[in-house]
Amino acid sequence: MIEEPKELLRFSTAGSVDDGKSTLIGRLLLETGSVYEDQLAAVAKSGINRSTGPIDLSLLTDGLRAEREQGITIDVAYRYFQTPRRKFIIADTPGHEQYTRNMATGASTADLAIVLIDARKGVLPQSKRHAFIASLLGIPHVAVAINKMDLVDFSETVFHSIEADFRAFAADLQIPLLQFFPVSALDGDNIVSKSARTPWYKGPAMLEYLETVPLDAGRNFKDLRFPVQYVVRPNLDFRGFAGQLASGILRPGDTVMALPSGRTTKVKSLPSFDGPLTEAFPPMAVTVELEDEIDISRGDMLVDPLRMPHVSRRLEAHIVWMQEAPLEAGNAYLLKHTTQTVTAHITEIRHRIDINTMAKQPATGLGLNEIGLVQIEAKRPLFYDIYRENRNTGCFILIDPETNATAGAGMITEAAWAGGGRRKQTSLQLEEGVLTPAERYKRNGHYPVTIWLTARKELAYLLERRLFDRGCQVHVLADDHETNLLPEFASVLNHAGVMAICSIASDDNSERDRAAAAIDRFVAIDPAELSTNDDHAVNMILSRLEQTGFLPSEISFDSGEGI
Amino acid sequence: MQPRTLSHLRALEAESIHIIREVMAEFSKPVMLYSIGKDSSVMVRLAQKAFYPARIPFPLLHVDTTYKFQEMISFRDDFVKSIGADLIVRTNTEAIEAGANPFDLGTQRCCALLKTKALLDALAEGGYDAAFGGARRDEEKSRAKERIYSFRDKFGQWDPKNQRPELWNVYNSRVEKGETIRVFPLSNWTETDVWNYIQLENIPIVPLYYAKERQMVLRHGQLIPLEHNMRLTDGEQPQMVMSRMRSLGCTYCTGAIKSEATNLTQIVTELTEFRRSERENRIIDHDTEGSMEMKKREGYF
Repeated sequence: MIEEPKELLRFSTAGSVDDGKSTLIGRLLLETGSVYEDQLAAVAKSGINRSTGPIDLSLLTDGLRAEREQGITIDVAYRYFQTPRRKFIIADTPGHEQYTRNMATGASTADLAIVLIDARKGVLPQSKRHAFIASLLGIPHVAVAINKMDLVDFSETVFHSIEADFRAFAADLQIPLLQFFPVSALDGDNIVSKSARTPWYKGPAMLEYLETVPLDAGRNFKDLRFPVQYVVRPNLDFRGFAGQLASGILRPGDTVMALPSGRTTKVKSLPSFDGPLTEAFPPMAVTVELEDEIDISRGDMLVDPLRMPHVSRRLEAHIVWMQEAPLEAGNAYLLKHTTQTVTAHITEIRHRIDINTMAKQPATGLGLNEIGLVQIEAKRPLFYDIYRENRNTGCFILIDPETNATAGAGMITEAAWAGGGRRKQTSLQLEEGVLTPAERYKRNGHYPVTIWLTARKELAYLLERRLFDRGCQVHVLADDHETNLLPEFASVLNHAGVMAICSIASDDNSERDRAAAAIDRFVAIDPAELSTNDDHAVNMILSRLEQTGFLPSEISFDSGEGI
Repeated sequence: MQPRTLSHLRALEAESIHIIREVMAEFSKPVMLYSIGKDSSVMVRLAQKAFYPARIPFPLLHVDTTYKFQEMISFRDDFVKSIGADLIVRTNTEAIEAGANPFDLGTQRCCALLKTKALLDALAEGGYDAAFGGARRDEEKSRAKERIYSFRDKFGQWDPKNQRPELWNVYNSRVEKGETIRVFPLSNWTETDVWNYIQLENIPIVPLYYAKERQMVLRHGQLIPLEHNMRLTDGEQPQMVMSRMRSLGCTYCTGAIKSEATNLTQIVTELTEFRRSERENRIIDHDTEGSMEMKKREGYF
């Protein structure tokens, strides 16, 4: 018998010494049968019991020697348990301010956060800190466990007053789904089953909630983002692009655009060890075979041309700083975003956020465990989304180039227009500014293709009209005067994101070949194919452009806001 | 429309494949530690999937203490051949020739020489900058805090106090020359997940995992299989016991469990009934309190 498939829920817990977090986790592990007798025996044998119960459940989760000796949790520890419905991964993190980075680490992969509150003490700064970090790291569900209810006589009034306090403060945070539980981790009330000691509580026990809380919150199936991780090339006949879907859905036949080149093609197949797939969705790790041989390597991204990410060298992000040496404006780090690693400079520190009060303060730097909003400029364009909309393409890490340490974690809040800096484009010696072809594509909704049309000039103008009416930026270049510069003119137009129709009367192939060699997206129309009927001829050219993928069948405009 | 949720096994599979590919893409010379056990078998299957239709692009490395079960060695050779992978086998022959064995040296010294030293030598000799291992965080307490990318200094040592934060699925792969990483793609798998996956994927495993009548002696409360002309101490009587291995290591240091489970379905069912942890039968974990953590600091996997 193969076990029924379970769902996977990852949650984080943050708590300070004495608020009962380790006991809560120990209780969940114990009551779901995830603790073996020899492990319990080892805890009993340790001779330590800081609890008032028969056995100190918190010892089940204490890992390292130093922690055992000092009785504190200093690092993220991962725990596992399962029920018939779900498998759970707990990222168990310490709650002290000096471990903010550990809390952020544990929260980064979590679908849900459990925040513990001591019922005797109410909402303390540390509870606020935990909720703030959960919100900052984009965790969709927050469960507030109001613990030690046994010490306040399971008072409904106490519970509701803490809930009200917490809700009042959390209103300023972006926490989509909040739930409150009156529990005693020590005695097990409302952990695995409903407690008879809280008859006034109508909600579920914690475990039931964990087993049923919807998992689709925060998952993005709309915007295709496939960061290319590795090129699989077993032989000359096969070239596959391997990666883990960050968001969106991939199916054979889908039109995809490769960034940064801006070239489009179609998905040919999704080959796998278990046979070809008909569909891939996050978080699947798949291999994509494309119809056309286009140059794609690690760090590139396949996206839906009609739902582009931001393509920019600049961004604004919340940073959690994780190393001693402070983050300061002007510093350079390695920024790793999806599968791309680039050098990036901190251009500005907008403010620091006091994690206890959430107040914004002016700052010249961020120290260890501090959080702030900063502007960053990367050496190469990144393909990203806002973290709130897409956790996988909105996150990055900063690496200290001197020590190789993971120095900071970033959550992108806003895209910033690219500016400054120039790089040389080798073909045609045109200086390319910082606007990328992909940005222009996003604005215009189509590729800057050059159409080489050896035909009567009227046909070129008719084609221009039809393309214009479909929303394209387009210009006719006719050979009335300077034929020998047509490829250069077309190239300039293309660089500006504009389609060029080169209308040539004679079939001088030398100019055509020169243009074909110099221009990336080039379509030459064979005069022999053209109908004598103008409308038919134009329709043929349009469908040809659609087939090559240069012209989407429907153009969606982007106002330009927020590129 | 079908709900687009992966089962927990497929979600773990995807996470592991992502890790394996990321290491291949960012390190210059990875190698995969292959211990022949069930976890290794799962890890190798994940590597096959990660690079399909290409073959596994790095070699498998088996550190052979020469105290492994004969069934493991023949399984290893057949299995590796059947999947077309490259296999490297390394042994600390110097120590073996000097007569290293767990009885005279004690398990700690024996492990240090035959496993840790052989492994570190093999990694240095091959110039490998990344080594995959099949360890899981649920196995032992000190593993619960280990990163997926576990950094080792020039001496292969682990510093649990100075681990890099690991966020999302974005791994920091920067190392200085001479530094290496150990990578644990199965970090988030549990013993149950491993067995369920073996069953789901029909992955071949060493027959020692299936119960049969085997010659055993009872030593310190553990059922120890009689192999390699094991020295018997006074009063030890070999007996035939219907048993199997829950976890595989060296013959003398791995205890068997009494079991009737002769196929995967029965193994999975038996697993839900276990009241004792997997590594309880691994003698090396219990040498001293915190002994696994100490071995890891020295460079053990």
